[in-house]
Amino acid sequence: MVHKIENQYKEILNQYMQRQSEQNLYVGQNFSRQLISENISPEEVISVHKAAMQEIYKDLPEVVWHSFDFLVEMMINYGLALQERQSLLQRQEEIRVEMDLAANVQETLLKTKLPTLDGLDIGLLSIPARKMNGDYIYFISDAEGHAGIAVADVIGKGLPAALCMSMVKFGMDSLNHSPANPSEVLGVINRVVEKSIDDSMFVSMFYGRYDAVSAQMTYGSAGHEPAILYRAKTNDFSELYAKGLLLGVSPAATYEEHTVQLEENDMVIMMTDGVTEGRTDQGFIEREVIFKMIEEKKDEPAQVIVQYVYDALERMQNAVLSDDFTLVIYKKV
Amino acid sequence: MNIQVELEETNNTLTGFIRGEIDAHTAPVLREKLEMHHHKEGLNAVLDLSDVDYMDSTGLGVFVAFYKSVNAKGGHVKLKGLSTRLKRLFDITGLGEIMDIESVGKGGN
Repeated sequence: MVHKIENQYKEILNQYMQRQSEQNLYVGQNFSRQLISENISPEEVISVHKAAMQEIYKDLPEVVWHSFDFLVEMMINYGLALQERQSLLQRQEEIRVEMDLAANVQETLLKTKLPTLDGLDIGLLSIPARKMNGDYIYFISDAEGHAGIAVADVIGKGLPAALCMSMVKFGMDSLNHSPANPSEVLGVINRVVEKSIDDSMFVSMFYGRYDAVSAQMTYGSAGHEPAILYRAKTNDFSELYAKGLLLGVSPAATYEEHTVQLEENDMVIMMTDGVTEGRTDQGFIEREVIFKMIEEKKDEPAQVIVQYVYDALERMQNAVLSDDFTLVIYKKV
Repeated sequence: MNIQVELEETNNTLTGFIRGEIDAHTAPVLREKLEMHHHKEGLNAVLDLSDVDYMDSTGLGVFVAFYKSVNAKGGHVKLKGLSTRLKRLFDITGLGEIMDIESVGKGGN
């Protein structure tokens, strides 16, 4: 193998020495790529070069051969740096595979079932900015016509945020009781989160409980981006604000809840700050811009609307969304 | 890394100016600098955010962590010079209620 490389190198070098053409250089370049792929170190290349030179030009002065020996020494650390880079690349690949696996686990772990209720059309889109999603949606529904929804956002990203989210999910599982009041739900999850996570990690969460029989939505918020109410009759948008502190800051926090009556074609739009904190070169994307998008598609099914908003926002930000994006629409039909 | 953090501590009073953007990239810089002070007993911290152009929830997390550790040691944190946008962030998250914040233009609390 080494012998073969030596011969090839000598031949290419010899050709170049005779003609010094671009074509010869090009052959050399390609050959060097082959050397890299075969893990030949820089110092080995110089040794090969020296051996080739000794065969072609036997009579060069001793100083030339000494200089090559010196150069070999000079290159040894470059060779080590190269090896290090290769092992880093390999490790990076291993981490990538692990992250993919973790993202799959997260997806399975956090799976939730979209409720189907008469008179309620649900649109839902949740897209992580990186592999792991720091946003979370959880539905609790029953046969009596309740469709509870939690929209949560962990402050912090990546793996730690995803682990924290599992905790919220298990908290929700433990009170799997559809008619529960938002203020109760948020209070329980707050205590779970407060006990378990470190000081710089917090969760914001919106909890809404829709009752299909009365078409009423009762909601509470733990420091979450307010949901938006769209009134079809008057064609206007308003915030559904409910006082409440982020989850995990204080065990004593209490949560307000309010109720709105939905009429036909009214919508409750729930989201995370990945939707509202978008920026373009011109500055922030104002919420009115998003309202306008929704208004344009107000007669479409909820899923069409959320997809439309996502596509438009992605386009405005040159296909780079820097935060996890979650948008849910409950549309009374 | 578009952030500048200037902190000066004299007689248990920490005065700080923060400029630029506080997001997932710059928040660790801010956190590290604040953590050099948060262990002091009875620290009185006043941080001026009037030149903060942008802050996301990661930045919020840094201030809450700082607030919690200073509070636990009997100290006080005040944030001042908040723009309307920043003020909204503190209000929505309910932090405006428990932290001492002062927005631009309103003067007092």
